[in-house]
Amino acid sequence: MIISYYLPPITLSNLALSNLFPEKSEEDFLKNFGIKNRFIRQSHQIGSDLGYESAQLFFEEFDSVPKEKIDYLIFCTEGLDYKCPTSASVLHHRLGLKTECACLDMPMGCAGYIYGLSLAKSLVLSGVATHVLLIVADIPTSVIHSQDFDLRAIFSDAGATTLISKKEAECIGGFVFGSDGSGAKNLIVEHGSTRKPIDSEWIEKYKDEPEYLAHGRMTMNGLEIARFSLQRVPQLLEDVLAKNNLAFEEVDLFVFHQASKFILNALKRKLKIPDEKFYEYIEEVGNTVSCTIPIALKNAEKEGVLKEGMKVVLLGFGVGYSWGGTVIRWS
Amino acid sequence: MEINEFVALIEGEFEEVQPGTLTAETSIKDIEGWSSMHALILIALVDNHFDVLLTGAEMKDLTTIQELFNLVQSKLS
Repeated sequence: MIISYYLPPITLSNLALSNLFPEKSEEDFLKNFGIKNRFIRQSHQIGSDLGYESAQLFFEEFDSVPKEKIDYLIFCTEGLDYKCPTSASVLHHRLGLKTECACLDMPMGCAGYIYGLSLAKSLVLSGVATHVLLIVADIPTSVIHSQDFDLRAIFSDAGATTLISKKEAECIGGFVFGSDGSGAKNLIVEHGSTRKPIDSEWIEKYKDEPEYLAHGRMTMNGLEIARFSLQRVPQLLEDVLAKNNLAFEEVDLFVFHQASKFILNALKRKLKIPDEKFYEYIEEVGNTVSCTIPIALKNAEKEGVLKEGMKVVLLGFGVGYSWGGTVIRWS
Repeated sequence: MEINEFVALIEGEFEEVQPGTLTAETSIKDIEGWSSMHALILIALVDNHFDVLLTGAEMKDLTTIQELFNLVQSKLS
């Protein structure tokens, strides 16, 4: 599977965070969050811009990809350009893809990459499309209040592009999904959209924040999100293995949504996954929402951890609540 | 598991805490360096060892390590 990703140019180190929050040291941030550096969008960049940059890098890196054959574009972001048209249509035009191409938006957050792979595989193997471009991009920092140090310590903005044609689709296994909307309130950006648009009271309240938090403000109940992960992910893993007739020991690598260092460590311990089979890539980039899995896969390959033919379990879980998983054979 | 083993388990989990400094009567929130992160660590610890997933509300109602231990035991029986 071929993947490229883009990280925006502004960075936020633990030193910078400790200067912003003097009651916490640089070491506190590293110890509590397990993250060294975060990437922040420039003020003019939104989801489709990061997606665009990742796709441009993709076409540069893999110049043999038949761009003219792309006939389906899936764009996963929670930072859409407009109410309408779809951001995928905007991206499609910017990328100069052919007219005979479907465009679909999918705001699926932490499980977004798994959703994207499931759609792409189904579209290709059912003959609806031949070359699906899956672009995931999220800008969580646009909805974080400047004083919410825990959210600032966890999240980064990013974009990632993957191509799924017949060869890749045949290497993607069976999927398991689940949803539980009772957890919606535990990770939410409540204002700034249709149900609760921002109003004059909001603008007054957040007048000192960049863009007066016009995109909304993320709130997260970290304890409940961690409980959800500990409760749901073990069952998800069991179901994904059963669906793919795979024994736990037969898995070569586990790549989970890089939610937080704490959640990853707790899951690794609970599931008794050996260190060498549990790939983490959160220290250098933080939680990039829908982009964590493709970014991790790309780096695992670059580091030589992920090799041709390996069976890799991918699990995405979070906002919604939503969760999904599959097994891929790396090619 | 006995209460003293449970106390030792908690001591082993928090790097700020020296072995032998906690007792069953120690107030959880008085543990060295206590933060909301530690509540999470305790929930994960209990889940991992007893397969019991405590809620945030249950954690809030607790004072001592003994009370935490009793709560876990009550859920096991």
